[in-house]
Amino acid sequence: MLAILKREIASYFTSPIGYVFIAVCILTSGLFFFIFTLSQGVTDLSPVFQFMFFVLMIFVPVLTMRLMSDEKRQKTDQLLLTSPVGLTGLVIGKFLSAFAVFLLGVLAMPVYGIVLSFFTKISWPSLWGNFTGIVLLGSVYISLGLLISALTENQMIAAVGSMFLNLVIFLFDALAAFIPFKLLSDVLKNISVYERYLGFTIGLFTLSSILFFASVIAVFIFLTVRVLERRRWA
Amino acid sequence: MIEVQNLTKSYGVNKAVDNISFKAEEGEILGFLGPNGAGKSTTMNILTGYISSTSGQVTIDGIDVLDDPIAAKRNIGYLPEHPPLYLDMTVDGFLKFVYNLKKCKLPRNSHLNEICNLVKISDVRGRAIRNLSKGYRQRVGLAQALVGNPGTLILDEPTVGLDPKQIIEIRSLIKKLGKNHTVILSSHILPEIQAVCDRIIVINKGKIVANEKAAALTAGFSEHLSLKIRVEGNESEVKKLLGGIPQIKRITPLREAETGVYEYEIEPKTGSDVRRDIFKKLSSRNYPLLMMKSSELTLEEIFLKLITGDIYRSADDSGDSDKTTKKSQKGGRK
Repeated sequence: MLAILKREIASYFTSPIGYVFIAVCILTSGLFFFIFTLSQGVTDLSPVFQFMFFVLMIFVPVLTMRLMSDEKRQKTDQLLLTSPVGLTGLVIGKFLSAFAVFLLGVLAMPVYGIVLSFFTKISWPSLWGNFTGIVLLGSVYISLGLLISALTENQMIAAVGSMFLNLVIFLFDALAAFIPFKLLSDVLKNISVYERYLGFTIGLFTLSSILFFASVIAVFIFLTVRVLERRRWA
Repeated sequence: MIEVQNLTKSYGVNKAVDNISFKAEEGEILGFLGPNGAGKSTTMNILTGYISSTSGQVTIDGIDVLDDPIAAKRNIGYLPEHPPLYLDMTVDGFLKFVYNLKKCKLPRNSHLNEICNLVKISDVRGRAIRNLSKGYRQRVGLAQALVGNPGTLILDEPTVGLDPKQIIEIRSLIKKLGKNHTVILSSHILPEIQAVCDRIIVINKGKIVANEKAAALTAGFSEHLSLKIRVEGNESEVKKLLGGIPQIKRITPLREAETGVYEYEIEPKTGSDVRRDIFKKLSSRNYPLLMMKSSELTLEEIFLKLITGDIYRSADDSGDSDKTTKKSQKGGRK
């Protein structure tokens, strides 16, 4: 697992992907920080985090698109799968590598709060709530992207597929409003990632939300392991 | 040691590997020979745990690959058909990654240095794999398989893409490795298998068609050994003269090789050596014998015979027309 983590992180930074992702994160969040906070003369950072939801929706798949698909295309999966490493360790190693790069990208965001705190009083719980929210959200996107990447050999398909599914996940919420069956709309509302993410942006740490995100991540990682396992039995 | 029992791999109704069993002892180099799509790579992928089998059992040093895959994989070094290399890494970075991936316990620098010297990639260790030639990539692939010094090496077409000098080097390397490793290697290059392997398994359409010591495989056919000679002098007279030797079954004049020099194919009766008789007969009449060579069946021909289903059928059973085609094939060899 550690070997894979190390290799993947190195690989992010031998190709431009890692730099581009971090640059995009810092640029867009900086822009939102200027537009929604500085120029409005408020101290609330929540709008910055809310808009990052959409940026990550599009850019996290760029991080995950080649994680598994490229292994298959370049046949390097033969090395990984014939090494004395468990599949779960392999997938978690991949997940953590994308997570590490993602974390470097969003780490700029609490800095905005810290900068603000020199000039005025800010709401720390709201800031950390926002940050926890975005870290969990990013992890969900990464685990989903990892799963899609394991399903195809083509990086582009992996990226577009993950973006599309991220969008679908986001739309659960809107969709729920149009569904006349109460049960179905309730289910959709309750598995809505966006709804729970908004909770974090107003500083709500609910255990159920944290558990929800953690289990979604676990399910996607589990499914990725299953996809790899199934390929061996095909 | 590798033991394979009743291994089958089905893809739907297609059987890529059909109920094969074999054993590779320690210190033995086992050659896998077969045409494209015969199931060589599939078998190797199953042995290494890359894909699963439909049924059957594989044990590596006594460990079942299904029961304890991680322990079994620790004893295997695998060089697949396409060397699994991360093109964005340097050779050194890649080998260190493999070292960590395999959780190798040997002292890292000296172990990797030793491997690099063995496969002669020490001079490219700092270069990105992307920029290496096919031959170097193949050698890095081999180096990767050697990391951790596994007891069993499985090499799928290890000399593909190498130049003749490198092929000889890699072959002698494999021979060297075979002394203290179990090596299974596949190839479609027949002389290679012949040169390197102790035992040969010929596989076709997922089935084993022969599993013999390399020497025994050729020996099974040596009874159809025929001779080719060139003699200066009148064709019909020479033929008549040699026809007097009782052990000769048939003399076929082939062509005029040089002016006045004719080539003949001599088929002796099974098991008899007629070379001395031919020399004596010809010299008694002062016909200069300019060439004599035995046209043994090459492994290639044996291979073709095996996979076309003509297994171990002695020449006597087959029809005359069949024999002539075989002869003309032989004529082209050696």
